[in-house]
Amino acid sequence: MIHKYKLCGYNVVLDVNSGGVHIVDDLTYDLLTDVEPPLAEKCPEEVLEKLSKFYKKEDIISCYEEVLEAYKEGILFSEDNYEQYADMSVASPIKAMCLNIAHDCNLRCDYCFASTGDFGSGRKLMTYETGKKAIDFLLEKSANRENLELDFFGGEPLMNFDVVKQIVEYARSREKEYGKRFRFTITTNGMLLDDDKIDFINKEMSNVVLSVDGRKEVNDRVRHRVDGSGSYDKIIPKYRKLVEKRGDKEYYVRGTYTKYNLDFSDDVFSLVDEGFDQISVEPVVADPNEPYALTEKDLPVIFKEYEKLMQRIVDYEKTGKKFNFFHFMLDLDQGPCAIKRLRGCGCGNDYIAITPDGDIYPCHQFVGDDNYKMGNIDEGTFNYDMKNDFSKMHIYTKPECHDCWAKFYCSGGCNANNYKYAGDTRKAYRMSCEIEKKRLECAIVLRAIRMGESADPSEC
Amino acid sequence: MKHIKTINKANLKATAAKGGCGKCQASCQSACKTSCTVANQKCER
Ligand code: SF4
Ligand code: SF4
Repeated sequence: MIHKYKLCGYNVVLDVNSGGVHIVDDLTYDLLTDVEPPLAEKCPEEVLEKLSKFYKKEDIISCYEEVLEAYKEGILFSEDNYEQYADMSVASPIKAMCLNIAHDCNLRCDYCFASTGDFGSGRKLMTYETGKKAIDFLLEKSANRENLELDFFGGEPLMNFDVVKQIVEYARSREKEYGKRFRFTITTNGMLLDDDKIDFINKEMSNVVLSVDGRKEVNDRVRHRVDGSGSYDKIIPKYRKLVEKRGDKEYYVRGTYTKYNLDFSDDVFSLVDEGFDQISVEPVVADPNEPYALTEKDLPVIFKEYEKLMQRIVDYEKTGKKFNFFHFMLDLDQGPCAIKRLRGCGCGNDYIAITPDGDIYPCHQFVGDDNYKMGNIDEGTFNYDMKNDFSKMHIYTKPECHDCWAKFYCSGGCNANNYKYAGDTRKAYRMSCEIEKKRLECAIVLRAIRMGESADPSEC
Repeated sequence: MKHIKTINKANLKATAAKGGCGKCQASCQSACKTSCTVANQKCER
């Protein structure tokens, strides 16, 4: 399978199964519309005849020879032979955990998927005892996995920060004996950050996600306090301080765009202007009936905005400056192995989420849905049948993904969003797919531009 | 080549042969967690 598209003066051909990315001339681009594998040794007469209306015959023949060469090399029209690996991680150990340390929040963001922090089941904080049991559970269930990941999530985790500290301390105290290494991450809205918390986070957390939506007016419209006042002025100085003290360690300022700010490239650059260089701004995923929800009608505007963002990044880099936009980061050479790419997240299989009550769910987005309660840490229950079912969610069991050109980058999307908005964990949610594919197309072209590949600038 | 310029190693097939060790970070494809998505991850072996 190949996917070809034109963007910004580039003709891009992606060979889906080998991961090959080719920049081609117009002739090759047109020729690839007319040929299909298996390729014959010579250019088919009808193709030659059709294209000779626009191109010279000898050029068509030499072009076909190149196409044939790439085909034989296995970097064009290569076969998908990965299905044999799909069952490899069925019995995989649990290695990552999301701890919903606080089902409570000090903001009331309009689009919160956690129903303003409590996931619809009452405001609660996790106790140290439950957190400890969660660590023991992970140590035990992770079998031979050495790297364990623990994400402090909420609600707002800083509302229960003493317990965060205790859990980190406890986990560290058991690393040696088990031969494991914990990687902690935390996602916060920043309201309660102070020097002490900043220092602890910078010391212990390998990544920190700092929520802010971009421009002040955009942020404050949706990310507000109980009394309706905005959060921007309070959090930005704290984020700056955290980042300044953080050194080279990973962080992200992370925003959400909604129907209210389809011009989100301005939000990305507003964050750049505030001094941040690791930025993620992502589409809200919400019930289409909500006023801020993105709908399919918005897609053309969203697509244009991603192109604009890409252009603005190129212009920015020309001034010798740089920042990372998370969704354009794409390593075309050293990315994860093909086997990893068969399933996006390992939710319910190698990744689980724990609530303050000790309930276990496949991931943070399933929390509160009784159909997906997998067990309870205190009661020592765990539904292995459900784990087994989740382990079989991969691009070959999701019909739309099976034939999708983006499958080895997207890896089948988000099971939770599929369930909530497309009605089935295995059914692709089209809105997310379209946005994912557009971002990928832009990311590939951005990479070509950075490599200095030439293109027709008039088309950009 | 004159008409086709390949800009990467196109080595996905080779990664399958030695892959699947599970050492890499868990990923989440959803918008609510930016901790990690598959496409921008690295192999950690
Ligand atoms: S979720 Fe959508 S974009 Fe992703 S692989 Fe499946 S069909 Fe393709
Ligand atoms: S189901 Fe969605 S939200 Fe949950 S871990 Fe997977 S990608 Fe992330």
